[in-house]
Amino acid sequence: KKQMAHSTTQSPIEKATLYVLSSEAKLMYGMLFSIKSFVSKISPLDPKEGFLYYKTSKYTLHYLETPSGLKFVLNTDNVTQNARELLQQLYREVYLEYVVKNPLCQLNEPIQSELFKLKVDELFKKSPLFLSRSI
Amino acid sequence: MVIYGVYIVSKSGGLIFNHDHNVPRIENERTFNFPLDLKLNYENKKIVVSFGQKDGINVGHVLTAVNGGPVVGRELENGRDVFEFLEQAENFPISLRFSRARMTTNEKIFLASMFYPLFAIASQLSPEPRCSGIEILEADTFRLHCYQTLTGIKFIVVAEPTQSGIEILLKRVYELYADYALKNPFYSLEMPIRCELFETNLQNLLENVEKSGTSNV
Repeated sequence: KKQMAHSTTQSPIEKATLYVLSSEAKLMYGMLFSIKSFVSKISPLDPKEGFLYYKTSKYTLHYLETPSGLKFVLNTDNVTQNARELLQQLYREVYLEYVVKNPLCQLNEPIQSELFKLKVDELFKKSPLFLSRSI
Repeated sequence: MVIYGVYIVSKSGGLIFNHDHNVPRIENERTFNFPLDLKLNYENKKIVVSFGQKDGINVGHVLTAVNGGPVVGRELENGRDVFEFLEQAENFPISLRFSRARMTTNEKIFLASMFYPLFAIASQLSPEPRCSGIEILEADTFRLHCYQTLTGIKFIVVAEPTQSGIEILLKRVYELYADYALKNPFYSLEMPIRCELFETNLQNLLENVEKSGTSNV
């Protein structure tokens, strides 16, 4: 059973990249942008990290934003725990290693590196949340 | 156990009821020397800290008073411009009071109608078919619970992230709404709820839940 339905990385969006992204990704970016401003306004105390996740009847969307504005989104089922740690791991161990340190990967452009895709796949497949599902 | 507020949003996305329960007041007064080590900006008719947070004064806090006198827009009581006043060294040391901006009624209405599309898009973006909208939205400072009735009215409770049993509370608020708002002959649907009985009962319910949990509501 596939659990990790979707994972995207987005740099601060420019017109050129926006053009390439599918309409669903645009919709999601718009929604997350609105949620961010919604959360900062409705919060009764000063927020630090802000929005963490939302949950619906069928899935949970986990959200991680780095100080540089990079957004990581992961959709899982509702019982998954610690998905945020996994996102941090994705940023630290895969994105930094195979995108930022790759001179051929231009930031602010869609990531085309096959190695990166492979490593993302590897990370998710060896993560405990994925393993516990597939048994 | 803290509940920050309750909102009721009508089927068409308008805010028909809101109740601030236990919103903490964040206020700081400090004495400053020249030059000021905060960067202030004027936005949305308020003077807001935009850089340089310290001593509990955070980015986003609003300047409410200078030397004890209230600030209106960007002017002091006597009509002087605050920014000009803060540039003159002879006015220092100076005491400034900052507080976290509280939502006005207009902003609440705006936010309620903003939640409506978020709720809809969340169900649209679902990887699985026939999904509801946002039921729980969590940030580091609060957790928002939303319950949509079959008739499309949304009950929203904003509480501490650790508070449990909110689902039961939401159902109880729905019951109160059905009992005291809908059965009130002077209440028309989709209009703001102004029923005294509803408000007092809701207030009691929230206090009970805060004190002893949802076991006996």
